[in-house]
Amino acid sequence: MAERHRREEVPQASSALDDKGRALELLLPGVLAEFEPEIVSTVNLVAATVKPHDISAVCRVAKEDPKLSFDYLMCLCVVDYVEHLQVVYHLYSTTLNHMMVLKANVSPDEPSLPSVTPLWVGADWYERESHDLFGVSFEGHPNMAPLLLYEGFEGYPGRRDFEMPEYREW
Amino acid sequence: MELNMGTGNMEPRSMLNQAAPGVITARSEQLIAMARKSSLWPMTFGLACCAIEMISTYMAHHDLDRFGIVTWPSPRQSDVMIVAGTVVKKMAEPIKILYEQMPEPKWVIAMGSCATNGGPYYRSYSVVMGVDHIIPVDVYVPGCPPRPEALIDGFLKLQEKIMQDARERGRKT
Amino acid sequence: MVDINTEGQLDTVQMMVNMGPQHPSTHGVFRMVLWVDGERIVDLEPHIGYLHRGSEKLCEGELYAQIVTLFDRLDYISNLNNEMVFCRAVEKLMGLEVPERAEYIRVILCELNRVASHLLFSGTFGIDAGAMTPIMYAFRDREKIQTMFEAVTGARMMHNYIRIGGVKGDVPDDFSQRMGALLKELRQGIDETDRLLSFSEIFLARTKGVGVINAETAIAYGMSGPSLRACGVPMDVRKDEPYSVYDRFDFGIPIGEKGDSWDRYYVRVMEMRQSMLIIEQALEQMPDGPTITPSRLVLRPPQGEVYVRGENPRGEIGVYLVSNGADKPYRVKVRPPSFCNLMAIKELLKGTYIADAVVILGSLDIVLGEVDR
Repeated sequence: MAERHRREEVPQASSALDDKGRALELLLPGVLAEFEPEIVSTVNLVAATVKPHDISAVCRVAKEDPKLSFDYLMCLCVVDYVEHLQVVYHLYSTTLNHMMVLKANVSPDEPSLPSVTPLWVGADWYERESHDLFGVSFEGHPNMAPLLLYEGFEGYPGRRDFEMPEYREW
Repeated sequence: MELNMGTGNMEPRSMLNQAAPGVITARSEQLIAMARKSSLWPMTFGLACCAIEMISTYMAHHDLDRFGIVTWPSPRQSDVMIVAGTVVKKMAEPIKILYEQMPEPKWVIAMGSCATNGGPYYRSYSVVMGVDHIIPVDVYVPGCPPRPEALIDGFLKLQEKIMQDARERGRKT
Repeated sequence: MVDINTEGQLDTVQMMVNMGPQHPSTHGVFRMVLWVDGERIVDLEPHIGYLHRGSEKLCEGELYAQIVTLFDRLDYISNLNNEMVFCRAVEKLMGLEVPERAEYIRVILCELNRVASHLLFSGTFGIDAGAMTPIMYAFRDREKIQTMFEAVTGARMMHNYIRIGGVKGDVPDDFSQRMGALLKELRQGIDETDRLLSFSEIFLARTKGVGVINAETAIAYGMSGPSLRACGVPMDVRKDEPYSVYDRFDFGIPIGEKGDSWDRYYVRVMEMRQSMLIIEQALEQMPDGPTITPSRLVLRPPQGEVYVRGENPRGEIGVYLVSNGADKPYRVKVRPPSFCNLMAIKELLKGTYIADAVVILGSLDIVLGEVDR
């Protein structure tokens, strides 16, 4: 029986940074040196991975350093890579018009990070949503009540091990 | 509606017609049903995308007002509840409370495929697969979203249903 | 106006008022629990999640081509803009080139969608402030736009027209003439609504100075779109990071001064006129050619992640797409504009009257479909 040809290697997306992205790629290792970030470039943005307990300090540097000045939190989300949960912050600067990605990996058993609401008030509901859907807790967040799910919902629907339900009546 | 007329070439059929010719009689259920169907007041209850098409149907181009249908915000004074949009489990309790607040006789139109059976969200963890799990539904209007003409058709079906129920003496309690 | 000050003279008790999920003015299933002292709001707590349908999780179980329909239903008033941002995300990940004609068709339809969305906003905002007529005019014009959409895409609302690699099919042959006639009618309609509502004394009294937010707070909350531009911040993705063919058009970004509800309303009225300028320029420049780059039905993009921004009528939408090479995405996260705009509601409403609460919520122009996803 002929087997379908399977690609052995999954192709990687090619990175195509623009000028601002390239400038950031050169700038970030210096500015964030004390946190030992891992800098990669995704398709159109520069991503820096730091340790979870450093997130507060890194975000403060990102916001206050004049060469970065990321004063706008674009998005905060969680991605479940089964061995770890990755919290992703997309930051944007309204003054310098550049954007970067900040990532932190937490363990799925006890995912906990410092909250960034003191820096950007707009992280409030994002963190509540991440807590609801993935179970990540953010220390220092003023109010971790459920946001999207009803009271008493069991399980974390965003995670990969929460099975995608097939059609059932209720 | 049966007309008992005692004038013209027809024999007067009942004593009432013999006594007072030229009087049209009908059963009270049918008259009341005709009044009810001609002025259905739906409660504004748009949940999601179907609400936009529902609003379009109320507006001047498709005009539900010509059928006597006037949208009314309070459940206490409305006849019909149009469930327009996806019913989410968190919303199930408010829907039940609202339904119970409506006085009799009341009807429910499930507009759109989400309210009918879950629609495009049939595999979701937080969606109720059709509002008929929570409240009894009289008319289902399919579509995603249903065209305004389809919603008007749903209302006309509901009007037919009201008259039919009265005719069969199956009054909605 | 006589200001009756009863501080220190009357014993008052705070009352909890629930503007529940079903409310004529909450524009969807949004719940606010207000603590009021008399008519003034002392504190409030917003509750969302009454329309959480799990779209992001559902995306992980569908092919890329099927997800376009899910995105249609997120912000159900600006369907084409949502489809466009998702298709752009996949195209960027795959490095797929979109033909020029398709880009122009996309821009024309997205801008027409912007006009339709702002028309709906101006109508419903009029209702919030008490004006019953502008909504009739707004929907009359919206019907014309929806008829045009039906001629091009086949549906009035959930179009499923912008596909990965281009658009589903070509526009009708008489598209330019019909669009020219439509734009003329729309201009008249918008001018009519504008004359009726924008500078009416009652409307000004209800919206001027109501719900003021300053630029720093707005940026801290992550607000975007007309709500942010009304505070004086000239942020617009079409100008900051031009995508598709927006860099070929000459259009302006209306900016407000004070950040109150009237500014948020009038910025949108002016944006409608700018959108029509864009459509006219696009109709002139549109080249001939194919309308889609053929690709497989079952797409397998390369492994990687991408974040793409787009300018929705409500603000800036972002799509974060993570792919692991499979035919279904690994994670799709939508950054909805109304989510961030709505976060500022607590700050905006404290200290205002209940009647102003309705106007302020209406001026933010939220759509619960994308707040809850």
